Amino acid sequence: MTITRRNAASAADAAHAAHAASSAAEPAPAIEAAGLRKSYGTHEVLRGIDLTVPRGTVYALLGPNGAGKTTAVRILATLATADGGTARVAGHDVRTERARVRRAISLTGQFAAVDEMQTGAENLLMMARLAPSAAGARLSRTEARAKAAELLTRFGLTDAADRLVKTYSGGMRRRLDLAASLVGAPEIIFLDEPTTGLDPRSRKELWSLVRELRAGGTTVFLTTQYLEEADQLADRIAVLDAGTLVAEGTATELKQRVAGHRLDVTVADSETYLRLAHHATYSDPETRVLGIPTDGSAAEVRGLLDALDPDRTAITSFTLHSATLDDVFLTLTGQPPATAPQDTAAIAAQPTASPTAPLKDSSHV
Amino acid sequence: MSDALIMSGRALRMSRRNVDALITSLALPVMLLLIFVYFFGGAIDTGTRYVTYVVPGVLLLCAGFGSSNTAIAVVEDLKTGIIDRFRSLDIGGAPILAGHVVASAARNLIATALVFALAFAIGFRPDATLAGWFAALGVLLAFILALSWLSAAVGLLAKSPEAAGGFTFFVSFLPYPSSAFVKTEDMPSWLQGFAENQPISQVIESLRGLLLGQPVGWTPWIALAWCAGILLTSVAASAWLFRRRTA
Repeated sequence: MTITRRNAASAADAAHAAHAASSAAEPAPAIEAAGLRKSYGTHEVLRGIDLTVPRGTVYALLGPNGAGKTTAVRILATLATADGGTARVAGHDVRTERARVRRAISLTGQFAAVDEMQTGAENLLMMARLAPSAAGARLSRTEARAKAAELLTRFGLTDAADRLVKTYSGGMRRRLDLAASLVGAPEIIFLDEPTTGLDPRSRKELWSLVRELRAGGTTVFLTTQYLEEADQLADRIAVLDAGTLVAEGTATELKQRVAGHRLDVTVADSETYLRLAHHATYSDPETRVLGIPTDGSAAEVRGLLDALDPDRTAITSFTLHSATLDDVFLTLTGQPPATAPQDTAAIAAQPTASPTAPLKDSSHV
Repeated sequence: MSDALIMSGRALRMSRRNVDALITSLALPVMLLLIFVYFFGGAIDTGTRYVTYVVPGVLLLCAGFGSSNTAIAVVEDLKTGIIDRFRSLDIGGAPILAGHVVASAARNLIATALVFALAFAIGFRPDATLAGWFAALGVLLAFILALSWLSAAVGLLAKSPEAAGGFTFFVSFLPYPSSAFVKTEDMPSWLQGFAENQPISQVIESLRGLLLGQPVGWTPWIALAWCAGILLTSVAASAWLFRRRTA
C-alpha cells in the first residue's frame, strides 16, 4: 500500500504552490478559520474557534466526547453552516464557494459511510463515478472502473472486492471507507475519529495510511480523543474542550505547557493523601500516589518535598518523569482523556463528562 | 441527471439484495388477492365477478405498501452517514431521493405484474383496449411515483425505521375507506363523502373503468391531478426537509 501517487492536477498545484512560496507570498493555508460559532438550540457547541492548518501537514483536533469536534469538521467540510465566523478551505470560503471546497476535500465520518448491501467494488465504482475531479469533470465509466480497481489494490481489498460489505470486518470497512474518500484525489482529507472502534492492528494500519497520505502531499485534518494518536500522527495539535480551543501547538510545545516534569510522591496514609490532593494534577487513591507539576530542577524538587512534608514523615518515596500529553490534557481541560484506544468499551460506557464535573477520584485541579 | 441514474442503480442493487423485504412485497399481493377473492369475495355483492371488481383495489393496496417502504430506505441512509458522504461529493438531495423512488417504482411494477398474472389465473377477464391498458398503467405509475416521493419525505421526517414503518401502516389502511373492496353506497353516509372523493378512489375508479372498457369521463384526469399535486408537494417538502435534516 503506497499513497505517493497524486494526479497530474494536484502535482501541478504543488509545483505552483512551491513556486509561489519561493518567489512571493505564502500559498493560502489548507484550512483557515476565525471565530467559528455554532449552537444547536440553546446548546452552544462551538464558542469561537480559530485555527490555521498549513498545506501538506497532519493536524489533530483533540478533545473528549461532546467537545464539538464533529461539528467543527462538518462546518469545515461544508456539511453544516456556522452561526458566526468565517472559514476558508483550500483557499475557498466554505459558505459562498461550497462547490469549490467540496471539489478539493473528502470527508470520512465516524461511521463507515459505505453501503452494506453493495460489494466493495460496487461501492468504490459508485463513488468514483460521483466524485468530481479538481477540474470539475466526472470520470467516465471506464476511468472510474480503473480508479476503483487501483484503490482496491492499494488498500488490500482485492480479494474481498466482490463480497458484500456487510461481511467485512471493522478494519476492512474502515479501509474501504478511506478508499472511497480518495476517489477524487482530494487535496485535503477530513477524518472524524478514524480509529474509534478499531482493533489495535487496524489502528496501526490506519496510522500508516495517514503517514503515506501526508508523504504524498495531502493535508490531513483528523479528530481524535486519543492523545497517543495525536502525538503519533500530527504535526500540530489543537485541544478542544466544551467548544473552546484551550491549547494549540506541536506535541512538544503542548507538553512544555505543563512545567515539563511531574513529581509523583507516594504518601504514608490516606489522611495525608486527602490533605495534599489539591496540589496534584494526577492522583491515584489506590496506591496513594500524587503527581505535582515541576520544572524538574533539583532545587525545585527539594523545595517541593520540603513544602509538602516539613516533618519528613508523610512522603515515603517519589519518582520524577517528563510530563505526558495526559498531563497536558488534564491540566487544560480538567478531565482525564480517554485512556487507551483499544479500550473503546470503557470509553463508550463513560458518561459524557462536563468540564466542571469532579474527577472520579478525589483530586480537583 | 447522471447523478440520479447512478443513485437509481445503487438503490436497485440494494433492493434486489434486501431479500426479506423483497419476499414481503411480492408475497403480499398474492396473499391479499387470494384472501379478498376467496375469503371475503363470496359475501360481497358488487354486481360483477368479485375478482374483476377487486383487482384494482389489490393493485393499489400493494402499491401503497410497496411505495411507503421508500421511507424506510431513506431513514437507513440517514442513519449510516452515507448521505454526508454524497453531500461532500456535492450530490444534492433530489438525486439521492430520486434513486430510491426509481427503485420503488421498479419493485412495484414487478408486484403489479404478479397481481395481474395471478388475477388472470383465477378468472380476471378485463376488457380493455391497448390504449386503455397503457392509460391504466400510466395512472398506476403516477400513483406509485407520487406515493414513493411522499414516502421519501416522510423518511426525512422520521427519526427511526420504526417510525417510518408507521407510515406504511397508515398508507395500507387508506384503501379501505374507498371503493377498493366494497361499493361506497354500502358505507354509512358520513363516510361516503370521504370515500368517494379521496384520491385513492379516483385512482381505483380510473383503473377499473379503463381495464373493463367502461366510460371513465374525467376520472383519470382527476386521479392524475391528485398524483401530480402529491408529487409536487412531496418534492418541494423533501427538498426543504433534506436541507433542514442535513444542516
